[in-house]
Order: sequence, then C-alpha cells, then structure tokens
Amino acid sequence: MNYALKRILQLIPILIGITFLSFAMMRLAGSDVVQELYSNRGTEVAQEVIDAKRAELGLDQPFLTQYVNWFVNMLHGDMGNSYVSGSPVFTTFINKLPATLILTVMSIILTVVISIPLGILSAVRHDRFTDLLLRFCSFIGNAMPNFFVGMLLMQLLSIKLNLLPVIATGVNFRSALMPALTLAISMSAKYMRQVRATVLEELNKPYVQGAKARGVTDRVILWKNVMKSSLLTIVTLLALSIGSLLGGTAIIESIFMWDGVGKLAVDSIEMRDYPIILAYVMWMAIIYVIVNLITDLLYHQLDPRIRLGVTKG
Amino acid sequence: MNHTALSSDFNTGKAPTVRAKKIHKNTLKTRLIVFGVLAAALVILAFFSEYLCPYDPYVQDLSMAKAAPSLAHPFGTDRYGRDMLSRVIVGSRTSIYSTLLLVGFITVFGSFIGIICAWTGRWLDALLMRISDLFLAFPGLVFALAVAAVLGGGVQNAIIALAAISWPKYARVARSQTLAQKESVYLRAARLSGCSTAKLILKHILPNIFGPILVTAMLDIGTMMMELAGLSFLGLGASPPVAEWGSMMSDTRNLLTTHPWVTLAPGFAIFVSVMIFNLFGDTVRDWLDPGNGR
Amino acid sequence: MSEAIRYEHVDICYGEKQVITDCSFSVQEGEILGIVGESGSGKSTLIKAAMGLLGNTGVVTRGDIWYKGKDLPDLTPRELRRLCGSELAMIFQMAGSSFCPIRTVSDQLFEFVKEHKKTTRSEVEEAAADLFEKFGFQDPKRILKSYPFELSGGMQQRVGIAAAMLLKPRILLADEPTSALDVTTQKQVVEEMLMVRETFGTTILLVTHNIGVVRAMSDKMLVLQNGASMEYGMTKEVLAEPQSSYTRKLLSAVPVLRR
Repeated sequence: MNYALKRILQLIPILIGITFLSFAMMRLAGSDVVQELYSNRGTEVAQEVIDAKRAELGLDQPFLTQYVNWFVNMLHGDMGNSYVSGSPVFTTFINKLPATLILTVMSIILTVVISIPLGILSAVRHDRFTDLLLRFCSFIGNAMPNFFVGMLLMQLLSIKLNLLPVIATGVNFRSALMPALTLAISMSAKYMRQVRATVLEELNKPYVQGAKARGVTDRVILWKNVMKSSLLTIVTLLALSIGSLLGGTAIIESIFMWDGVGKLAVDSIEMRDYPIILAYVMWMAIIYVIVNLITDLLYHQLDPRIRLGVTKG
Repeated sequence: MNHTALSSDFNTGKAPTVRAKKIHKNTLKTRLIVFGVLAAALVILAFFSEYLCPYDPYVQDLSMAKAAPSLAHPFGTDRYGRDMLSRVIVGSRTSIYSTLLLVGFITVFGSFIGIICAWTGRWLDALLMRISDLFLAFPGLVFALAVAAVLGGGVQNAIIALAAISWPKYARVARSQTLAQKESVYLRAARLSGCSTAKLILKHILPNIFGPILVTAMLDIGTMMMELAGLSFLGLGASPPVAEWGSMMSDTRNLLTTHPWVTLAPGFAIFVSVMIFNLFGDTVRDWLDPGNGR
Repeated sequence: MSEAIRYEHVDICYGEKQVITDCSFSVQEGEILGIVGESGSGKSTLIKAAMGLLGNTGVVTRGDIWYKGKDLPDLTPRELRRLCGSELAMIFQMAGSSFCPIRTVSDQLFEFVKEHKKTTRSEVEEAAADLFEKFGFQDPKRILKSYPFELSGGMQQRVGIAAAMLLKPRILLADEPTSALDVTTQKQVVEEMLMVRETFGTTILLVTHNIGVVRAMSDKMLVLQNGASMEYGMTKEVLAEPQSSYTRKLLSAVPVLRR
C-alpha cells in the first residue's frame, strides 16, 4: 500500500510537468486564440473587442502568471470555463466521460473474449490448419484501418441486416455495440498475434519439456503453467490498450457520432479551446500513472521473482 | 567391434519399423520473392499512377454522378461524376509515397537519437529517453492532431505530426541494439586497436544494428499508412481535391448508406496496400530474425 | 535379471536431417548404461526419443524402442505421456529450468503426482519430504515451499532427481545431469544417482560427455559419433581396451578421474 501511495505522489510532478508543457506549446502555437475564436464565429470584430476578450480570459498577462493562475485555480477545484461554450470545463469533461468509459469497457471485454482464446488455440495448433486460418484472419484484421472496419460493419449490420442503429441514438448499450465491435475487431487482430507469439514462446521453454517428462498432460501444462506465465505479457498489453482507449478514440467516436472525450479533445484542439485541452491532458496523465501502477501491482502478484526481489536470470 | 557378446542379439530377423518424417517446407525464399515483387510493383505503379488512370481523376461530369460500378467505371463514380478507379489509382501516389517518406525519416532520425543515447550515456541518454517515454505514453493520434492543428492541414504537416510521435520506437530499438554491441568483445578489441569513434559507429555498430532497425521499419509501413489515412480521415492530412485514400473516405462518408462503393473503394485500396507491405515486412523479419514469431 | 529397455536399429530425424543412425542397445533391470559422445553426437536425442520429447519435427523414422513389450514410438502421445513420470522419468542438465519458475516446487510436484494417481496434497508433500530426507536434504519443508529459482544450482539438480523418483519409476533417463555443476556438486549428484539405483533398483540411462562420470557409475557404455554407435560394451572392457579409434581419441582427450 505504501508502494501505491508513493506512486500516486509521483503523479504530482508529472502533472505539473505535462500541464506546463502543454501550456507552453499552446502559447507557441502562434495563432491568436481570441482572433481564432471570432473568426470561427464568422464575425468581423473591432480590435477593442478582441483586447477586452483577451483581458477577460487573462490572456494579456505574462505567460508564467497565466500558468500559475490556472494552477492555483485548479487546486481550488476550478478548471476555468470553455472559451467556446463558456460552460465550466470540469462539468463539460465529466459529461463526456461515461460514453468513453462504456466504450472502453465493452471493447476491452470483446477483445479479451475474442483474442485470448483464439490466440491460444492458434499457438497450440501451431502450423496446422486452425493456426493458418486464424493467422490469416488476424492478418486481414491487421491490414484494415479501424475506420474502414467501422464502415464495413455499418454497411453490413445496420444497412444490409438492419440489426443496429447506424449512428448512436444516445449513450446506451445498443448504440455502443457497433463502435465497440469495431474497436474490438481491430484490437483482436493485433492481440491474437501477440497472444499466439507469447504462448508459443512459453511452450518452447524447458519447463514445458520438464512437465511433459513428468507425464503432466498438455491441458494442465497449458492452463496452469503456460497461461500463468503468458498472463504477464498479456496483462501489460491490455493495460496499455485500456489506457489509450480511456483517452478516447477520436476517429471511431466521430464515425459513430459517439460523444466521448476523444471527440471532445479533437474539437477543442481545432477550436483552440485551451482550458478543455488542459483538462484532457491532465486526464491522460492520470490514466497513464494509474494504468502503470495497476500493471506493476499485478506483476507483483503474478511473478514471484519480482515479488521476492530476484532479477531474472 | 569386439564386445560382440552385447551387440549381436539385435538382428531379430524382423525388419525394424519404418515411420514417416515430419518435414516442414521452407517457403521463406518464395515468399521473399513474391511479396518483394508485389511491394515493389505497388511502389512503381504508384509512381506512374497518373499514366495508369483510365479517366482524368479530377474532371467532373455531373451527368455521371454517383454511378454504380459498371464495366466503364469498375468502382463507380463519386458525387461529382469522377471515376473512382482513377481516383483510387492517383491516390496511391500520395498515400504510398507519404508513408515511405515518413517511415524513412523516422527510421533515420530515431536511430540517430538512439545511437547517440547509447553512445554518450549519462544525462543526455536519461533526458532523451524520458522524452521518448512521454511520447510513447501519450495517445499518439491526439498528439498528432495537436501538432497538425498547430501547423495546419496538408500532407506534409500530417507527416511531421506522425513523425513527432513515432520516432521514439526507433530510438528504443537503436539504443538497445547499440548498447548490446557496445558491450561486445569485438568492439572493445576494435577500440583498443585505435579505431576512431566515427569509424566505430559507421563501420562496426551500424552494420550490426541495421537488421533489427530494418525489420522495425518494414513492419511499420502498414501501420503508418493506416495512421496517415486516419489523420486525413479526420481532415488533418491531405485536403480535397487532392486524391488521398483517407480523405477520400472521409469526403464521401455520407454516401456510405446509399452509394457504399464510393466510400469503400479507397478503403479497399488501403487494405490491399497495407496487406502487401505487412506480408513483405513479416517475410523480411523471418529472413533477418529467424525464430522470432515462429 | 530381465530386460528393462531395448533399442533396436533406431534412426531419428529432425525434419530432413538424420541425427541418429542405426543405434541398438539393451539395458537390464538395475543396470546403468552410460552414453558418451561429443556435443552434437545425438546422445540426448537418443534418450528423449524414448519419452517422445523430440519436439515438433523429430521422429523415430526407423527401428523400435521396446519397453515392457510395447514399442514406445508407436504409442499414442497420451499412452506415452502416462508412462512418463510414473515408469520412465527424466532429469535434465538444468533441472531447475525443468520447473515452471513462477510456481512453487510443492505445487508442481502435486500436479505431477496427481496426473498418475489419486492423491491429496498433504500425501504428496509427505512423500516428497520423506524422500528428500532419505537423500539427506536439510529442511525438506522449506524446499517444497520454495520457488525453483530460490534453490542453488546443485540443490536444483538434486531436488530434480528426488522429484523424478517420487513415483519410483523403473527407468531413469538422465540427460547430462552433472555438466552444469562444479566438481564437488558433481560428486554429490553422482552419489545421489548411485543411491537411487541401490535403494529402488532403478535402471539408469546416463547421457554425459564426462568419461569420469561414466567410469564411476555405469555398467555398460555406448559411444556415439555423429549419431552412429561407435562402440558398445561393458564399461570396464571398453575403457580398458577400446576397439574403435574414435573411442581411443575420446579417452585420450579427457583427464583421468579416479573413482
């Protein structure tokens, strides 16, 4: 627990560093936020109006002051208001989270259910027909960009078969199914390959031969020994995917009109809506630290060599 | 043999059992040639794409708009009546050459950083590696979007954006490979015999780490092609009327329900090219690094 | 004495490549056969064939391996696996790595015994502890609770032998059991194997490139070169009057060890 606490404390410098960097990057971006803001609205405005708006947003102050102000406010729970809509950043952001969470959970579950059993099957039937067929499928999946997969699914499931709505009808299970399936297909293709490679590598280790020589059946070798060892690699990969999914999947969200944080981030970047971008960046940093923490803790649980402080050798 | 008392009694008169061998054909060479030729063909065709189109890909003919696939227009036409097949063929040039340029650039740049890190070590190594950690941790597409948004649209900027997030992988590979070589006995011997640093890196390190870097790059072509298409799809890569597969799909998205061929044709083009490059990349990997992925 | 295992005109191929050519030998109950040869001569392959451990591409392409009237290469994998561990046991060059690194010794011994008979965990642990004590290990309980990597190389090897003997197999196949050890531990392992034979009357097939170990342990020996049998006979005779020029070369290449 001490360990977890230490890791969470590490979050603080990371957050400061990453928000400072983003802040700096946005200032360096060149184009003027306020001008951009009005030109997006398509109205010509006088310089005075721009200056007034700039003063209102605090953009006329020196860079460091701006950053410190933002940071202090943030500590008080105030992340500012969106430049574009004027509504508080925190609520805007929190409102988009459920959609992203649902999509993440569903697509990860689908991915695990599809890719792990098939990857293992592929490894066990190494170089036989099943393996070749599964590898062929994963090869096809690996060569399709996910927006293409999404469009094919739309074409097939909603237009030809009329099973699911073409675009989201709100944040609900039925609407989430198609984007989740799209993500799951793309991820499964990748994972099947990796699960197969990991399991194959484990199956070639001397302990498998040892267990065979002791008369242990293939089934027990696979599930009790090989899977336990392979799990380490698989868990790491999954954690990374969960992390990036929680960051939102801009493309998929925009195809299916799924209102998550990915789309919010893309829109804010296009509109130069800095307060929201900063909130997003902080969200990503938090996810990054937590995902890493959970992976580490799981490693401790799964691998006695790490738990007992022995280096691999 | 003289210890005959032991060895004579094995001729039982019964013939020993004979069993079939298990032979796996090694198809590596064939695959290398076939996929190599396919990949090369793709690159060459993309170069001459302008001369291969049956129609002018930019000429609009509204009387022919949204025509279904036919013999005259195998992929149909888009809403301006432009021949989709011609547009897909012309699009290959932007899509494939941008990808190759991108992969080439990050390979050279990333490896350069990686070698420097491994060679100098200490604070420079620590600093550059933390930076690359940061890039690896951040969701690539979002960062690329931010870069593209700052720089504005256009294919070059999309390439720069993707290069900014993709170099760390190469730096990692080059660094770990260089470190391994740096420890090796032959390199120590070369250094003791008075080789200069530049000569050590160019003549000894580079040839030895070339394989793994090449494998990484070859396997990356497909991924990068898809990422570039994704960026264009979001409107941050090539912008119309330039024919590029990702932006073509995005342009024609709203035709998906009614005229799916218009949207799906460039998608298939991406799929086929990525497939060819992936197959070739895998084969190169098997060739340079046997045992991996078997 | 009756015959324990018998190889007749065995050829073994990995894919296209033939690694063993026409090897024949026979071992009586309670006998120790030493198989020697340089690395790459196919000696490990020869004993792995009996247990069906030749991997994906290895096949006994010709000949028979007789055990209790059964031709081992012709058994189904399932039948063969049932014999492995209970009647035929194997110890490896690195016994430690023949155990899964992330599970305890006790876990894996229980798993192994459970495959062959109905048993409980405490029964297995008790039997193992008894056996470990017999072999003179201190603190058998601690060994059972350990992960393989927590034991020293010599300990791993000795635990590997003891574990192989848990079900009192009739034949013990030992693949270079002493090669990875230092000289003092080698001696312990040799003594342990001799004790196995004395206590259980186990037949041992010992693969090694160490002529000293063969001299110290084996009754019969087989000399292999490039997968072909060069010389086969009683150890004393072969060592005293080697007939083949290859054996003579092999003998002169090693320093003489006394028993």
